[in-house]
Amino acid sequence: MLGRAVDDASTGSDSDYSNSWISWFLSSKGNEYFCEVEEDYILDRFNLTGLNNEVSNYAQALDLITDNLDDDIQDELRGALDVQARLLYGLIHARWIVTARGLAKMLEKFKRVDFGRCPRVLCQSQPLLPVGLSDIPYEKSVKLYCGRCEDVYSPKSSRHGSIDGAYFGTSFPHLLFMVYPHLIPPKAGPVEPTLPPRVSETDASKRNRRTREDPEAAEVINEPASTASVALKADRYRPRIYGFQLHEIAKLQRWQEAVRDRQVTRLEALEDLS
Amino acid sequence: MSRPQELVEDQVELDEEIISGNGEVDEVMDEVDEGYTSSTPTSTLTWISWFCSLPGHEYFCEVSEDFIEDDFNLTGLNTMVPFWKEAMEMVLDVEPDEDTSKIPDVSIVEASAELLYGLVHQRYILTRAGLQSMVDKYENAAFGVCPRVYCVGCNVVPCGRSDLPGIDTVKLYCPNCNDIYSPPSSRFQGVDGAFFGTTFAHLFFQSYRELSPAPFWKPSSSTESSLSPGRSPDSVNSSQRPPFVNPNPHGGQKRPEGRIYEPRIYGFKVSERAKSGPRMQWLRLRPQSPEELDMVDWRGRWIDDEEYGDVDDDDDNEEVDKQMEDFDPVKLP
Repeated sequence: MLGRAVDDASTGSDSDYSNSWISWFLSSKGNEYFCEVEEDYILDRFNLTGLNNEVSNYAQALDLITDNLDDDIQDELRGALDVQARLLYGLIHARWIVTARGLAKMLEKFKRVDFGRCPRVLCQSQPLLPVGLSDIPYEKSVKLYCGRCEDVYSPKSSRHGSIDGAYFGTSFPHLLFMVYPHLIPPKAGPVEPTLPPRVSETDASKRNRRTREDPEAAEVINEPASTASVALKADRYRPRIYGFQLHEIAKLQRWQEAVRDRQVTRLEALEDLS
Repeated sequence: MSRPQELVEDQVELDEEIISGNGEVDEVMDEVDEGYTSSTPTSTLTWISWFCSLPGHEYFCEVSEDFIEDDFNLTGLNTMVPFWKEAMEMVLDVEPDEDTSKIPDVSIVEASAELLYGLVHQRYILTRAGLQSMVDKYENAAFGVCPRVYCVGCNVVPCGRSDLPGIDTVKLYCPNCNDIYSPPSSRFQGVDGAFFGTTFAHLFFQSYRELSPAPFWKPSSSTESSLSPGRSPDSVNSSQRPPFVNPNPHGGQKRPEGRIYEPRIYGFKVSERAKSGPRMQWLRLRPQSPEELDMVDWRGRWIDDEEYGDVDDDDDNEEVDKQMEDFDPVKLP
């Protein structure tokens, strides 16, 4: 407990003592992006393959995360162990959030807008998803991916800016939209305040299908509409001086839109073929 | 005028402020209110310096009193600002002629003074002197940096979405991605975008071409950028590169940050054929050479593009249907 107190004095509630390491970690300030990794997942050694090479004091760090650490361990070691435990939890987290159950947990956080909103004005406060630019720890801090403009942004707060991007990984947001294509944000219009009923129905039917193998459920999930030409709907900013467009920027924007139109043509042709 | 709304927004944003460790929101509001009461002519600070030093007013520069005193510069503003005379006296720290008994509350004049100063500011920053004071602030990153990762901390400038007050709050324009962003702190959400205007950001980069990134970009080491998506965007060593030249002397003269984000799953690029595949890369893309920009005509169509030629023909027909406005109609006999 001492090591934890040293690392983060701001979470000084007494109830910490009764909680698990993971719930303490998740409730610490700055760790809002993390979701809870289920204990079953951590206890399955298969899921941790290779992590013993990444984390020093691997066995003890794992014991600390799973609340199995002996209480008679020295205090100074505990401080160092806490750092290793965070690293281990982060690396497990990166693997967990790309599993079916991990994706579902992160989806809930996405719906709660736990990761903030896109700073781009024309994205109309689209909720973001965390993403790493590297899967190797200690390389790049966590960034935020916007599904509307499909770009990555730095977190507003320096506390989130110091979280390792490898704890979320490079694949996570793209896998999420691949698994839940109906959640791909529209390119235009305001962000829906709550998800439309159709989506929650779809979610419910998915859960049902898993439990009772309902053959009809597969049909209930609507195939999401074509995304071949969605880019045409996207809004963009046009710099102007006294209402007039600027030559060089207007030229670049025309070129960019021609690239876009070419992609739309390509995708629509592919769609016609299939 | 905008005060109550400002407060509400600050309350809404309070949680985020706490997260960002920037717990000065309440403080900010207090200071604003206290500050106004201390704006009596007896204070040594001029009203303008005091106004520009308020939290949330970091983007403003100090308009010279000469500019405000020249009536020509204020043309048309008197119809937009209530209590014009009193507001002018407050901004210029002039002792009121007689007791301002007809004004029930001094806070009304304060709101007018803020509006007056903001609208004069919109005009002032388009002048040579105004642009100069804004470039000094720009070079000190007083307006912050672009939140987009691949703009690699490019400095931004304040920008309005409307030239009329009361429509939208101030935004930030990034010259590298030519896009606009919300300021990261909620203390700027009480600042009207019209106080900066729609033109300033672009006139600024037209005036200082060396600060404006060029519209084309060639990866300095193509192997590195294509093979290592996880490398940091700023890992490219800028010291050993030759000086950057844009052949267009009127174009942006700064080397742009041209890398764009490529979504990957387990290291593999997400194909555009996937429903969730990339659709928006064009928004950030730059051609490798300036000549490529000329491959698109003024209507936004590829010139001499065989592969997509037949599709262009379809476009042609559409173009005929909805022709450009005919300013000089030719009468058929």
